[in-house]
Amino acid sequence: MPETDPEMNLGRPASNLPPLSLHIPEPRYRPGDNPDFGDIEVPAVDATPRPGEATKPDAMRDLCYGLVRVLDFDGQAKGQWDPKLSPERLRTMLRYMMLTRAFDDRMFRAQRQGKTSFYMKCTGEEATSVASTMAIDRADMCFPSYRQQGILIARDYPLIQMMNQIYSNRGDHLLGRQLPIMYSAPEHGFFSVSGNLATQYPQAVGWAMASASKGDSRIATVWCGEGSSAEGDFHSALTFATVYNAPVIFNVVNNQWAISSFSGFAGGERTTFAARAVGYGIAGLRIDGNDPLAVYAATQWAADRARTNNGPTLIEHFTYRSEGHSTSDDPSAYRAADEATAWPFGDPIARLRQHLETIGEWDAERHEAQANELDDLVKTTQKQSEKLGILGHGMHQPFETMFEDVFEEMPWHLKEQCDQMLAEQEAKFGPNWKPE
Amino acid sequence: MMAPEMQTNTKTMNMIEAINSAMDIMLERDPATVVMGEDVGYFGGVFRATAGLQKKHGKTRVFDTPINECGIIGVAVGMGAYGLRPVPEIQFADYIYPGLDQLVSEAARLRYRSANDYICPMTVRTPFGGGIFGGQTHSQSPESIMTHICGVKTVIPSNPYDAKGLLIAAIEDNDPVVFLEPKRIYNGPFSGYYDRPVEPWSKHDASAVPEGYYRIDLGKAATVREGEALTILAYGTMVHVTKTIVEEMGIDAEILDLRTLLPLDIDAIETSVKKTGRCLIIHEATRTSGFGAELAALVQERCFYHLEAPVERVTGFDTPYPHSLEWAYFPGPVRIATALTKILKD
Repeated sequence: MPETDPEMNLGRPASNLPPLSLHIPEPRYRPGDNPDFGDIEVPAVDATPRPGEATKPDAMRDLCYGLVRVLDFDGQAKGQWDPKLSPERLRTMLRYMMLTRAFDDRMFRAQRQGKTSFYMKCTGEEATSVASTMAIDRADMCFPSYRQQGILIARDYPLIQMMNQIYSNRGDHLLGRQLPIMYSAPEHGFFSVSGNLATQYPQAVGWAMASASKGDSRIATVWCGEGSSAEGDFHSALTFATVYNAPVIFNVVNNQWAISSFSGFAGGERTTFAARAVGYGIAGLRIDGNDPLAVYAATQWAADRARTNNGPTLIEHFTYRSEGHSTSDDPSAYRAADEATAWPFGDPIARLRQHLETIGEWDAERHEAQANELDDLVKTTQKQSEKLGILGHGMHQPFETMFEDVFEEMPWHLKEQCDQMLAEQEAKFGPNWKPE
Repeated sequence: MMAPEMQTNTKTMNMIEAINSAMDIMLERDPATVVMGEDVGYFGGVFRATAGLQKKHGKTRVFDTPINECGIIGVAVGMGAYGLRPVPEIQFADYIYPGLDQLVSEAARLRYRSANDYICPMTVRTPFGGGIFGGQTHSQSPESIMTHICGVKTVIPSNPYDAKGLLIAAIEDNDPVVFLEPKRIYNGPFSGYYDRPVEPWSKHDASAVPEGYYRIDLGKAATVREGEALTILAYGTMVHVTKTIVEEMGIDAEILDLRTLLPLDIDAIETSVKKTGRCLIIHEATRTSGFGAELAALVQERCFYHLEAPVERVTGFDTPYPHSLEWAYFPGPVRIATALTKILKD
């Protein structure tokens, strides 16, 4: 092998051409800075035309670079994208989003109290899962990433089951095998959350292809963050989806931050995430992810498109991660403290509340009463769940469940290892030991 | 050898034809079965394993895919979650690595992590092994990478009859199976002497393959040859190479064709090694951390006091598979004969 050549003059131009320079993205604001997002383009709510659901992707490219909005900042719903939902439906949406936030606050606190190992909030992003789920059919299949608890809440999944999973307690139907929040709920059209990033993307496409190949009418919908859109799986999924015209909705929740990496490390400095659709020849929509009605309208558009064999849609939900990545994260170490409040699109719950109040269908009193009611509901449910145990207190699942479900039938080597483990427990806890 | 309930006619088949027949039958029997992969549709696969299947079963059952192994495996996981029974082909086992995350972290763990909410009844077929001048990206034997994944079964047939019965059992299995096809013996068993003419499968008993449905349960080894002098553990191409050398040397060896590496037929191995007191392990894959290391460990754990000689391994070398020097790499007659002489000398 050649040694490093001293004549190569590493660090000096090899000719008289100008030296190259390597670009390392850097977010605009760091701790101590005063964030100002005044230069983010905010098009008027009625500025974006709504194309027909069968429009060819090439004829609607502008929508990848604009921003679909329905609610203006005075609480009025305007423009072609207004889904014109009934006040009853709007109140349901508000309730689900408020419940999601109440649940998040409570479970975050439970983690801080040492009752579980981990939690992830979706504060500020509630619309991207709640409104999105409400816009598809109950029978459609959701392939979530890890921040879509709003799907389960919008599908009335029992809160206690979510809590049991978070506590890995006796009631956890996943038998304590998964990190908190990695739910699985087939009866609610909710795929098992992996914990690996973007792996659900090609899986959703496969599910949608299967549905189409069987002449079914159900579609698939899938979420990832802007950060994990850099994964190969994302691009594999878009390739398969365009090749087979799969009935799938791709959601990219662009909340600006992937742990401490800002969206620039996923290519966000160069173009929008919705524009990823352009190269694949699929429809793309860039929307205000803090506008629940825009999320609803865009999802409804994409669902109609998929259901009529007009193919997949990529929706970029332009939003902001108001809190840390997870309970293991401290965002004050890498970003400016005031970014969430400086974010020009406000808070999705506050905006839907304002809209309902503006049209005379809601008021402060009812809002406060509902907030209290939901807090109580979460607290009561939490107490019930904690009766079934919290993480690390007691042995919640029989030990042998550790070896079950690796395969449908347990092969000899796992039986041997299971026996070994049980003998270890007996040595540790005594001969009269019984699994709880 | 054949199950008594089997009433169908037999036909002489090579391995490709037997594998094709297994998929044909499963596409016919189970509307959930789908076959997919690069070039598998209209063209019928670069090794012809899917020839005629698209024409017979239609484009939505047998179809070409983008050149994207992550997508192939990932999409198959989603299809399995829907209720289909996907049989993806990875064109060469050497190409499986881009799909490995979907296999290791998704397919293999789905049943466990969801506590049976979702399963992955997928069979990944892929040709593997050398001896065809495929160079370093068309010759690898990655079986020990597969057996190291918890939640995946690994199957390697060595003849047409087994290939069909095992593939049907793999497709019917409700867990992910990696079905590694020894491509050197697709068209005929291999003696290990690359300079001799290739013998066709038609001269081998195992080419008599029932035309209908039958299955060979996973997890069962086959005794290729009974003997007293030593036990040889082999699979795939190396079963035939081993048999040739043993017969040439006139050694009364017991040869076990493992057929399924995981779950392994440990009883067959233990019984045989305890009987013969000697164990030689033969595989084409690279040596270090190869499946032979696992086998050697199991044999010494379970049969140590019956052993009359150290367990020996004959393997490929720990280099990338070379192109022009392929036959210096391959664990052929000289390497096997040397090991046999050594293990039998005391």
